[in-house]
Amino acid sequence: MRKHSKTVLSDGTLRKREGTLYLENRKGKLPLPIEEVYDIYIYGHVNITSQALHFLAQKGVAVHFFNHYGYYDGSFYPKEKLHSGDLVIRQAEHYLDPEKRLELARLFVKGSALNMEKNLKRWKVADGFSDMLGELFRELEDARKITEVMNVEARIRQEYYARWDEHLPEGFKIVKRTRRPPENEMNALISFLNSRLYATIVSELYNTQLVPTVSYLHEPGERRFSLALDLSEIFKPIIADRVANRLVKQGIIKKEHFRDDLNGVLLTKEGTKKVVEAYNEEMRRSVRHPNLKTNVTKQRLIRLEAYKLMRHFVGSGRYEPLVAWF
Amino acid sequence: MVTETQKRGLPDFGFSSPIRGTEINYLFICPTKLWYFSHGITMEHESELVDMGKFIHERRYGREEKEVWIGGIKIDFVRNGDILEVHEVKKSKTLEKAHRMQLLYVLYYLRSHGIEAKGFLHYPDLNEVIEVKLNGHENEIENAMNQVQRIKKLPFPPRAELKPICKKCAYYELCWV
Repeated sequence: MRKHSKTVLSDGTLRKREGTLYLENRKGKLPLPIEEVYDIYIYGHVNITSQALHFLAQKGVAVHFFNHYGYYDGSFYPKEKLHSGDLVIRQAEHYLDPEKRLELARLFVKGSALNMEKNLKRWKVADGFSDMLGELFRELEDARKITEVMNVEARIRQEYYARWDEHLPEGFKIVKRTRRPPENEMNALISFLNSRLYATIVSELYNTQLVPTVSYLHEPGERRFSLALDLSEIFKPIIADRVANRLVKQGIIKKEHFRDDLNGVLLTKEGTKKVVEAYNEEMRRSVRHPNLKTNVTKQRLIRLEAYKLMRHFVGSGRYEPLVAWF
Repeated sequence: MVTETQKRGLPDFGFSSPIRGTEINYLFICPTKLWYFSHGITMEHESELVDMGKFIHERRYGREEKEVWIGGIKIDFVRNGDILEVHEVKKSKTLEKAHRMQLLYVLYYLRSHGIEAKGFLHYPDLNEVIEVKLNGHENEIENAMNQVQRIKKLPFPPRAELKPICKKCAYYELCWV
């Protein structure tokens, strides 16, 4: 991919000057050549001129905003350029038909679970997890309602966190998954990365004809881009959790990178920077794709997952969720 | 005006939703690609080759009247002399058959609306210009049009077939992931 994601951690003003985008602040002018920009992630305090927004819209570049705590606030999601009425109809059809919806919901949960299993094996704490999965997968097959599918998902996740905790260093145990506010460091780290991953998936969906608001495991409208939530089930273990794990195991992220706040435990500015760097590096890393016989970046794997869904919707092969081979 | 197609008792596609030149082109490259493309699942925005094509086009033919819409189909550029000339610009001759059919179709389409035109294929990288003539190819074009319609109407995309050209195609990942 010639185009890259740009992350803005500093403060400043994003403006357009003579056909180029610049981030300007006291330190100077940083050019962001638009033809090289895939999407933008903003963590700093940034003013954006309307000319810059027009330009970004014209070039189809999405901009994602994160608040002071590193949580996803929303996106500047330019008018879509890719349309397929036919695909929209088929996507809706797979939602409206309860069997078709259940099938997809199950597949998201299965893919997610198998990726969790893969992580636990890497971390050598998979004791009994596979047996437990076997049982829960049978329950999943019997599930007649989406709430039952979600219930199985929640139980798998609990088992996963409990085992992952055995691998995590003292002071960075999850103990119990808490969100908004996260009650400890690891929860803060996981939430931060999940927010970032969600925005990445939104960008990837923007660059396909899929409608990001029609989803299967999550109820459409649960959040605006609920299909991104469905896909994030697959990618949370292999992207966000792995980055989080590496950061604390290698001591890149330490206690000092967090602070207590009324809103729970949060990453400091320095911590944010380190986490974002590690995430970006992870997304640029390539793996050999067994079907395509080419190297693809971790980020591209998200797009490929979207393509597999498209094929499922048009009736060209059943969707098989990505299970990490790497 | 009675058009050529009407005189010959063929379906009149009018100006509303004619087959696009690209669809005829894709028919001779890959029916799977044709199906996706005609269902709005386009991938051309992903392709560096397509980008490069656009760039060559803009640089080399800057003064021409570019991307002209006639009825419902787009032509790379036209010159309007005593007789209308339509020009298609392509990068390499690997898929010449597809290029030729695309241009023949444009000539056919224009004739069916009462416009006689000359057609030229440009290969700027090879410094070649080829004139393409419709006469004698009418049946071939009509067959191609029928095939395009048949494929577009399929409920699923035709099963993809792995060919050497697949790797360069913007749809490669979609078909093979």
